Amino acid sequence: MTALPAHPSDRKLGLVIDLDICVGCHACAVSCKEWNTGGHMAPLTDYEAWGDSPSGVWFNRIHSFEAGEGANGRTVHFPKSCLHCEQPACVTVCPTGASFKRAEDGIVLVNEDLCIGCKLCSWACPYGAREFDEDVGVMKKCTLCIDRIYNDKLEEVDRVPACVATCPVGARHFGDLGDPNSEVSKLVQERAGYDLMPELGYKPVNKYLPPRTGRTHTGCTGAPATPLQESPAESTGNRLLRWLDQALSR
Amino acid sequence: MSQRRYIAEPQSPPKQRADEQAIDYAPIVHDQVATTTCYMCACRCGIKVHLQDGRIRYIEGNRDHPVNKGVLCAKGSAGIMTQYSPARLRKPLKRVGERGKAEFQEIEWDEALKIATEWLGKIRATDPRKLAFFTGRDQSQALTGWWAAQFGTPNYAAHGGFCSVNMAAAGLYTIGGSFWEFGEPDWERTRYFLMFGVAEDHGSNPIKIGLGQIKNRPPENRAKFVSINPVRTGYSAIADEWIGIAPGTDGLFVLAIVHELLKADRIDLDFLVRYTNAPWLVVDAPGTAGHGLFARDGAGNPLCVDNAGAIRSALEAGVTPRLVGEATLADGRKARPAFELMASRYLDESYAPEKVAEQCGIPAATIKRIAAELAEAAFDQAIEIPIGWTDWAGRHHDKVIGRPVSMHAMRGVSAHSNGFQTCRAIHLLQMLLGSIDCPGGFRYKPPFPKSAPPPAKPAAQVGPMHALHGLPLGFPQSPDDLLLDLDGAPHRIDKAFSWEAPLAVHGLMHMVIHNAWAGDPYPIDTLFLYMANMAWNSAMNAPDAMRMMTDTDERGEYRIPHIIYADAYFSEMVAFADLVFPDTTYLERWDCISLLDRPISDPDAAADAIRQPVIQPDRDVRPFQDVLLDLGARLKLPGMIDGHGKSLYPGGLKDYMVWHERRPGIGMLSGWRGLDEDKQGMGEPNRRQLERYVENGCFWRGEIPEKARFYRFANRDFFDWAIPRGFLDKPQQIVLQLYSEPLRKFQLAAEGHGTRQPPEHLRARVSQGFDPLPSWYPPFGATADNDGCVLHAITQRPMHMYHSWGSQNAWLRQIQARNPLFIARKLGERLGLADGDWAWIESPHGRVKAEIKLMEGVNQDTVWTWNAIGKRAGAWNLSPTAPEAAKGFLLNHVISELLPPRPDGHRYANIDPVTGQAAWYDLKVRLKKCAPAEYGETAPVFDALDTSLPKPGNALAYGAEFRAKRARQ
Amino acid sequence: MHPALSVILFTSASGGGYAMLALLGLFGASGVLAPDPLSGWIAFLWSLGMVTFGLVSSTLHLSHPERAWRAVSQWRTSWLSREGVLALFTFLPAGLYAIGWLFLGEIWRWAGALLSLSAIATICATAMIYASLKPIRAWNSLWTLPGYLAMGLASGALWFTLWAELMPAPQKPAYDFAAIGLLAAAFIKLFYWRLLDAGAHAATAESATGLGHLGKVRLLAAPHTEENYLLKEMGFRIARKHARKLRRIALLAGFLLPLAAVLAALATPHVGDLVLLVLAVVLNAIGTIAERWLFFAEAKHTVMLYYGAERA
Repeated sequence: MTALPAHPSDRKLGLVIDLDICVGCHACAVSCKEWNTGGHMAPLTDYEAWGDSPSGVWFNRIHSFEAGEGANGRTVHFPKSCLHCEQPACVTVCPTGASFKRAEDGIVLVNEDLCIGCKLCSWACPYGAREFDEDVGVMKKCTLCIDRIYNDKLEEVDRVPACVATCPVGARHFGDLGDPNSEVSKLVQERAGYDLMPELGYKPVNKYLPPRTGRTHTGCTGAPATPLQESPAESTGNRLLRWLDQALSR
Repeated sequence: MSQRRYIAEPQSPPKQRADEQAIDYAPIVHDQVATTTCYMCACRCGIKVHLQDGRIRYIEGNRDHPVNKGVLCAKGSAGIMTQYSPARLRKPLKRVGERGKAEFQEIEWDEALKIATEWLGKIRATDPRKLAFFTGRDQSQALTGWWAAQFGTPNYAAHGGFCSVNMAAAGLYTIGGSFWEFGEPDWERTRYFLMFGVAEDHGSNPIKIGLGQIKNRPPENRAKFVSINPVRTGYSAIADEWIGIAPGTDGLFVLAIVHELLKADRIDLDFLVRYTNAPWLVVDAPGTAGHGLFARDGAGNPLCVDNAGAIRSALEAGVTPRLVGEATLADGRKARPAFELMASRYLDESYAPEKVAEQCGIPAATIKRIAAELAEAAFDQAIEIPIGWTDWAGRHHDKVIGRPVSMHAMRGVSAHSNGFQTCRAIHLLQMLLGSIDCPGGFRYKPPFPKSAPPPAKPAAQVGPMHALHGLPLGFPQSPDDLLLDLDGAPHRIDKAFSWEAPLAVHGLMHMVIHNAWAGDPYPIDTLFLYMANMAWNSAMNAPDAMRMMTDTDERGEYRIPHIIYADAYFSEMVAFADLVFPDTTYLERWDCISLLDRPISDPDAAADAIRQPVIQPDRDVRPFQDVLLDLGARLKLPGMIDGHGKSLYPGGLKDYMVWHERRPGIGMLSGWRGLDEDKQGMGEPNRRQLERYVENGCFWRGEIPEKARFYRFANRDFFDWAIPRGFLDKPQQIVLQLYSEPLRKFQLAAEGHGTRQPPEHLRARVSQGFDPLPSWYPPFGATADNDGCVLHAITQRPMHMYHSWGSQNAWLRQIQARNPLFIARKLGERLGLADGDWAWIESPHGRVKAEIKLMEGVNQDTVWTWNAIGKRAGAWNLSPTAPEAAKGFLLNHVISELLPPRPDGHRYANIDPVTGQAAWYDLKVRLKKCAPAEYGETAPVFDALDTSLPKPGNALAYGAEFRAKRARQ
Repeated sequence: MHPALSVILFTSASGGGYAMLALLGLFGASGVLAPDPLSGWIAFLWSLGMVTFGLVSSTLHLSHPERAWRAVSQWRTSWLSREGVLALFTFLPAGLYAIGWLFLGEIWRWAGALLSLSAIATICATAMIYASLKPIRAWNSLWTLPGYLAMGLASGALWFTLWAELMPAPQKPAYDFAAIGLLAAAFIKLFYWRLLDAGAHAATAESATGLGHLGKVRLLAAPHTEENYLLKEMGFRIARKHARKLRRIALLAGFLLPLAAVLAALATPHVGDLVLLVLAVVLNAIGTIAERWLFFAEAKHTVMLYYGAERA
């Protein structure tokens, strides 16, 4: 049913992505690919895999941006997958009911058996989260690893999306953004986490933590370090003399 | 501990709604799971391979593993696609056409081994060094190096010579350890982290985990991360401060910081007195053979002057040495403490920030600020931890003091012709701050530290049918240790340990093909390569390497008579082999990540690991290590056969790993040794050792007691732990080499002293390079006559690709199938170049065409690209018109292994004069915009290779079978 | 947006077809049509043929046409579903209307009225599929719905006029509708383009990434060096020069020249009317396809903000 849940639960499962520490290594994107190509929406088909124009279905992709000019700017690596919006037009435009948003946890999914491959949902998503699998002829997308997060065949600690489990820097967090007391919500609060393209009103659940700024001209304490100074008396004479009377034993 | 926040809030799966698709919330994820060690790059992370019906369902990081603690990078997760790569070789190959044309006949293993045995047997019976055995990104050097020694050829090395030997050698000669494999920052406690140069490509997951920790520190304990790198990508992107230094000037930058610290007297004198040779007296007798060497007593002990003015052994416990002031030795010669030489050199105004700012491209104020921040972190934020420990002299201390400043450097500093001295300068800075093996500083990984340098010397050829008396690679300490023939000519084909590269502790793989082709210093018979793409990205100059391997002499014979190549995949190099041994993939074999080789230890524990076969090969391939042992047995090499001539290791590497003993009790693996399986490092071989490894996740980790974890160069508790494990020989302090006497000995020879002196044309280079105090000189390649080439050109390796291996990977090549040349936007504006334009990159050695991409975060005079994305058409079983071949390019095409000729015609090798490290980051180029008609395709291009391997299909639906099976059930 | 041929043909043909049905219904409802069987057969074959061709063409755009029937299920939220429902529903009044006309010799005015309303609603639903897509500024505008209506009317009325010219049907009002449709389409497209050129999507590279506070945002590296689905589907780019040329073709061939032909035919009754009308129909078809191609080609999607576009 493409109508949004009339009575959504308070749970809003989603990701929090820390742009301050993402190094752009693509680990999350490939781990996602490897889990999901055998997972709930398998396969994530690839085309011309060894040919002239390789492309394929990916649920998560890493963009790299530069913001600001020259040395004063920042390079920001920017992972992006489905944001599991609260107002997902990709769901409401679906003519067949293949796309749906789950009331119980807010995950946006596609029922491939109902999908006619009209691609309209991919047009309706401003973020580019929808992935058309030409080979199968249906739309696929991030499932938030629905076959991991509830999977009792995995150890409890592994019941997180593959991208979160593998991230080497720890830039990805998973949790319930509907619960103001959850770790992820607190993180968003502390670090002023934000929405992508808020002006469109899709109300993404996934949040981004901005790069920390203002650390360039400070030392490790956060305050400027005291400049090094040579005592005026010594600067005139033989600088080596200051070490003459040291009495340190080994 | 990884800082990753698992915020799973487990609950039972939601109830199915009537209108929903049936969702299988808990599908099975494997029918079998096996641990092993990743080999998608050199990091050696622990992995869990989940298998279903014999196919890989997925690969994940092993949470218990000391290297990656459960995380896995893009390459590791893409291992599936390398396992099923269409570029995998399928059967031994014998060349039937011309060399380089990839015309082969498939042959049986028996024939292949017979051919090799015949070639190698003849060599061994006549002149073993006519076998040049070089391995590339080999992680079994403990075996391959030993094999070369048993064969009797000194001509062995791996790829360190063009990777990071400068970094490794400088560290080993200075502090008895080095960055990456022999030590790492104390991520947990450091408050200030300086990263020099390109470092994305090694230790990648540990560094990423560490950076994540640093960046997420709580405010009261925050840390600063400063990246000194001409390019702001990858790790530099998340640095709190990025310093876009001019390539090759890092040493100058560091020594300017040293100048500032000395001027302000913000140095750790205690540390220098206790742990370094700063107080040792250096003879001041210009013109004599002893000038610049340490003053020693009759027993060879170095001397110092104590605060009463008496000359005493500098090694005595409790001595209170002077750090400055002239002393008169018993023989009347004058001497000064090394500290004084050091301090007076760097206090000189030529090292002042204002003097170096322009050359480094860094404002003087920034250099001064960084110096102040370093001092603040080291001294004002010092850490004290109440850990009791006993020093080398048996004195008990009740705490350890930490200077929480750490540093890391890799290829970006290493691959310059001044890289050795630059790394020395970084270690000097660490010593001045007292931040070596202390909490928050740089910390060794066992079995390091070792004496600086380690005691092993390189071994020379003994003669036909004889093994070497040692290993081919080692650490010369004076000209006496060089490998020179009677006429002074280099003994090794790559001229390692000759005057061209006296401390070439990793060999010079990049010179082998040139020298073998030129017959300089002598011709060889067989070039035997393993996993080294010397016909492409691993050659400094690919077109010349291809030409040399196919060149013939006046009789029409190949100048390099035989080439044997072993690899798992059809790389560019395969086409140039006469005989190809197809290797297995990393998931199909036993392997050994040994402490005798390149350790995977962490600062708190020694660790080693194995690989076990997880998948059965579906091709007629054999693990190279097994083949090598088989060949060794066929050649009847010592140590490989028993008294009856039978192979000692019929099971191949799997047997060798367990049963081979290098010295009594010491073998390839350290865990579960001894009859009771309770010995670490040293103990009798244990037949159940591999079972124990497999049970433990294919690795072993032996923790160091807490009291033995710091100041390990002078910690008796550490000695007591390390000696029974075979990591150290004697309980003796390892004195850090602020002033390097071995370097001075080579310099003295260059100044005309001693029986072994460099040839005239190398005197100046040796004298300059072997400065006993860290020094800086402009990189040679960057200052040679460059014909208007003023732009630095460097490469970086993308984190998601490992050399050429990644391009055969269906997933990784989707991320990167071509590479542009990145240039500063301002430079682009100056040169009239915009995004999407094409330009010729020209150096004195050639030119290559590339697409331009403008960016902000790059040094204004530097251009750069991703390394090893460009491929030869058809190689790796890619489409001959794939973007890798049509649009990707190698910067190697414009680098030469030789510098341009001097006026007298001599061409120096393009290497660091100390270690022979390939100086490929010295490259300077100019850019010329292409005419529009030249857009769209790179140049030069080479004839397409036909691999004759089965061509892969178009659509790849990997994983569909797992779902189909679930649906059936 | 990638201009997919199937969608271009669908919207062009069915737009005209439904408009023609609407006019047939309207004229019938106003009682000015005679139930002449031949003209009826031609009118229904023509209009329903166009509609059916369009619908079949649009299902070719689907990867699973065998599941197309499911598309009528989500009319509560989806304009595409509503379009499907209305498109199919229109066959009901059209069928009844045709039965009366062709077999019973009666023009059922109520059926005509229903047909007319249903056909117009179908065109509106088609337009709303595009107009409701917030990520595509070009479409998510006030001009999209009138544009579809006017262009449908222009094509449908031209066909209707040609039909009326050949058959015993009132011609003058047909000409009027055609002229109004063509004129309206020309004006609306001009306003549409003006709006398109005048600004950009409220979303920017800065808001898409949330990095605007750091300065101007530029793409350093896309996730892949080669094109992926998103770029192929939504990254279509057309050079400004090329677009201008096509706009002129669309405006002239699609609307202004046919309008001139219609006016000329009106001004000079019985002199080459047929030739002028055929010319107008052909030109309009070319222009409509050009316009529809541009409708996609010029439409920018916000996802491109993540792939190097500064504005969308």
